[in-house]
Amino acid sequence: MTSLSASMIKRPVHPVGVWGWMTTIDHKKIGILYGITAFINFLIGGVEAIIMRAQLSGSNADIVSPEVYNQLFTMHGTTMIFLAIMPLGAAFFNYLIPLQIGARDVAFPRLNAFSYWVFLAGTLMLHLSWFLGESPNAGWFAYAPLTSTAFNPGHGVDFWVVSLQVLGIASLAAAFNFIVTIINMRAPGMHMMRLPLFTWMTLITAILLVLAFPVITVALLELLFDRNYGMNFFFTAAGGDPVLWQHLFWVFGHPEVYILILPAMGIVSEILPTFSKKPLFGYSTVILAGVIIAFMGWLVWSHHMFTVGLGPIPNTVFTITTMAIAIPTGIKIFNWIFTIWKGSVEFRTPMLFAVGFIVTFTIGGISGVMHAMSASDAQQQDTYFVVAHFHYVLFGGAIMGIFGALYYWFPKYSGKMYNEGQGKTHFWLMFIGQNLTFFPMHFLGMDGMPRRIYTYGADMGWTEVNALQTAGAIVIVLSVLVFMKNFIQSWRSGKQAPGDPWDARTLEWSISSPPPEYNFEEIPIVQDRDDWWAQKRGLVPRVAPSEGSGDGHGIHMPQASFWPLVAAIGIFVGAWGVIYSVPVLIIGAGIMIFGVYAWSFEPVNDPEPTASGDAN
Amino acid sequence: MSIFKRRPLVVITGLVLALAAACSDPHPQSTFDTHGPVSASQANIFYIIMYAGLVVFIGVMALIIYAAIRYRRRYDDKDPEQIHGNNTLEIAWTVAPALLLVAVAVPSIQTLWNTTITPEPAAMTVRATGNQWWFEFEIEELGVVTANELHIPVGEVINFELESKDVIHSFWVPKLAGKVDMVPNNTNTTWLQADDVGEYFGQCAEFCGESHANMRFKVVAESREDFDAWVEAQLAESVAPADPLVQQGHDIFMSIEAGCWACHTIRGSANAFGQVGPDLTHFASRRHMAAGIMENNHENLVRWLTDPNDVKPGNVMSRDAAVYNDPDQALSEPQVAALAAYLRSLE
Repeated sequence: MTSLSASMIKRPVHPVGVWGWMTTIDHKKIGILYGITAFINFLIGGVEAIIMRAQLSGSNADIVSPEVYNQLFTMHGTTMIFLAIMPLGAAFFNYLIPLQIGARDVAFPRLNAFSYWVFLAGTLMLHLSWFLGESPNAGWFAYAPLTSTAFNPGHGVDFWVVSLQVLGIASLAAAFNFIVTIINMRAPGMHMMRLPLFTWMTLITAILLVLAFPVITVALLELLFDRNYGMNFFFTAAGGDPVLWQHLFWVFGHPEVYILILPAMGIVSEILPTFSKKPLFGYSTVILAGVIIAFMGWLVWSHHMFTVGLGPIPNTVFTITTMAIAIPTGIKIFNWIFTIWKGSVEFRTPMLFAVGFIVTFTIGGISGVMHAMSASDAQQQDTYFVVAHFHYVLFGGAIMGIFGALYYWFPKYSGKMYNEGQGKTHFWLMFIGQNLTFFPMHFLGMDGMPRRIYTYGADMGWTEVNALQTAGAIVIVLSVLVFMKNFIQSWRSGKQAPGDPWDARTLEWSISSPPPEYNFEEIPIVQDRDDWWAQKRGLVPRVAPSEGSGDGHGIHMPQASFWPLVAAIGIFVGAWGVIYSVPVLIIGAGIMIFGVYAWSFEPVNDPEPTASGDAN
Repeated sequence: MSIFKRRPLVVITGLVLALAAACSDPHPQSTFDTHGPVSASQANIFYIIMYAGLVVFIGVMALIIYAAIRYRRRYDDKDPEQIHGNNTLEIAWTVAPALLLVAVAVPSIQTLWNTTITPEPAAMTVRATGNQWWFEFEIEELGVVTANELHIPVGEVINFELESKDVIHSFWVPKLAGKVDMVPNNTNTTWLQADDVGEYFGQCAEFCGESHANMRFKVVAESREDFDAWVEAQLAESVAPADPLVQQGHDIFMSIEAGCWACHTIRGSANAFGQVGPDLTHFASRRHMAAGIMENNHENLVRWLTDPNDVKPGNVMSRDAAVYNDPDQALSEPQVAALAAYLRSLE
């Protein structure tokens, strides 16, 4: 079989250009692909947000129809969560994990490429629904029975279901890959309690992904069957239970919140020590707090359902469990502050984002505890108070952390230095803009404005506050434009970056910027938690570089492969088949099976062609 | 120098004035302006946790700002001491927040139970049913059925049974009580009480489709005498039209062509017993129309009858009624005027 597939299409050897990117299995290139794709998604989700803010800037505005508005908020939420924040985290998992643990690649490089291409398939699928006029319109948590064909004819909800299933495959493949990589690929001496915090949070996130996605997969499959094959899990017309959907969705949905925020917590835990020149305060407590948050994340889902009518006993239980989550979160915040304490603090752009993260995330955390009180939550649930809360957590938390990471590791992945002045301008515009946009939402919510309404009357007293928020959103747009200018210009023509521009602490800074394809000339032997810092300060003996030639010659890296891409194309084609036609589904499945089959029989490395040219 | 010192004062004064101006507007759905025991106790919990949160926030911010200024890097800085942690501090910032949380949890959970379980005795039970996109209110023990405008006696406990005919809605009167969802196939219960006479705004709070934003209602709290009079008026059947224009409108309403009667009930009429749309027997007695989104007057009614989809996009009437989905059967202007006259006569 090997010879069959190999003779059919020749395996790419050292491909360059577009073909090189399409067949790459280098974790760094895949990380960059993830990052760019997810950032474009972030911009698309931002445009959706801006259209909504324009519609709400005054009472009785008529910029978009209610139907389009409903599609906009559904797509904004789905895009930002599944297509922007999660994959932006994945971009850094990909790029950094092997570098932080002293490995040459992830455990399953081709599976890694497969994850990216499947993620791209899900992305395209969801966005293309706009052009087919059938975007999902039931909100990002798609409560039944509004999703039933009786109330939602057309394919909008099907697009949402199938895209999320496809994205789930990508997430699960990536999660398994990172769990195995982190457990098995650590350099000698890099035992678990020496792992950098970002790697730890990635591991916890990946475990959450593996446990949470099966729940949503089942729920989505049941919804698909309800809609298309006459089954009846959630739809009330024939006795289904809409509350079952809510339980399934939030059992997934709350761990999902931590899937979004834990990577940002890891990022902040890297940036603060570097720019304070101090180790992370309470390293093991911060890890333990992360583990507890991840575990507790499974015990709080019904706080999304305080007004569903579960009764006072469940509401009491979930009030208590939700409040308890504030404790490990607080532990993290205090440890971060005490990392700065007595340090030598330098406010470069990444540090501004990290400290800004603590400020805004604390606000989001406090409003989270306010929501935990089910008694008063009855007034806040489904109002702009909730919108304020989760934007403080996801924008003020996750997005701030991700921008911090984009600056902090910019020298590493681009090999160039960014413009510090523009970076700081970006920070201040974004910090002010988000507070202008999201803080007044607390007041609006307490003033009785429900979320997801496309219009409101002039007599409601909400007009001025909404106008202020729209102004804040424009400031956020400006800040993102400043970032993009800085990012593109610096990557093209920035100053060359040294390997370790920040006098940092972890292994990725011990190699050149950008790192060579093989990452480490020689696999490092780790002797300290902050090994690179300890080496630089002479706290541990510096391991002498080997007699290597310095050009990486002789290091065997896995060869490029196009089978992950083929398998992903099969999934993409098949996904359209699920919505529109069974024969297309069969064709797609055929392509996928062929791709996986050929991939399975493809050796990691074809033998180097010999002088005689006989590869077999 | 003094002008620089005064400038922030000017700014702050301006902000305060602007805020005061904004606050003097009517805020018909403010959860702070409470008029009943349920909303008042919920607001009370909100204040407790908000002040506790504010204290925590100020403390955290003070630490961050102090650390950021005090420990800023200076040119001659050597590496700071490499401190790895402190167990006493870790225990302190685990235990202190836990104690604070317990302190706020106790009143919060008490309030949860008090606001969920109806106190005895309740004056009456109202069955509220959510529909895309309007509310039906039925007081079975009094025989009253109405839509989008519920009258209640002031100072009395009112019990609610919440249901839905189609998708999930949420029943919310911010000044009287927090929301409880209306879930199809699941009857929820809640209660509220108005302490002051007045008209209170309500709005559906769970996204329920295209015109979710246009699904509102009013609760009118009035004295026991006024309430009893309202019940009596609601129980009366409609009277036969006297005016010729009203008669014409009545005939259109009851015609096979227009078919309004197929979905709407007008008690006392010969054939209008429809169950799909709101009961219109006393339509003219309501202050607002089209689910609380506009005042009930002739112009608004004409606008609604001419093109309901323009007022409330996606509504069932404009989708299913032949006079709206078939241009050949559309109502003429005089027909709309007559229909409006008839509906406005249903006091």
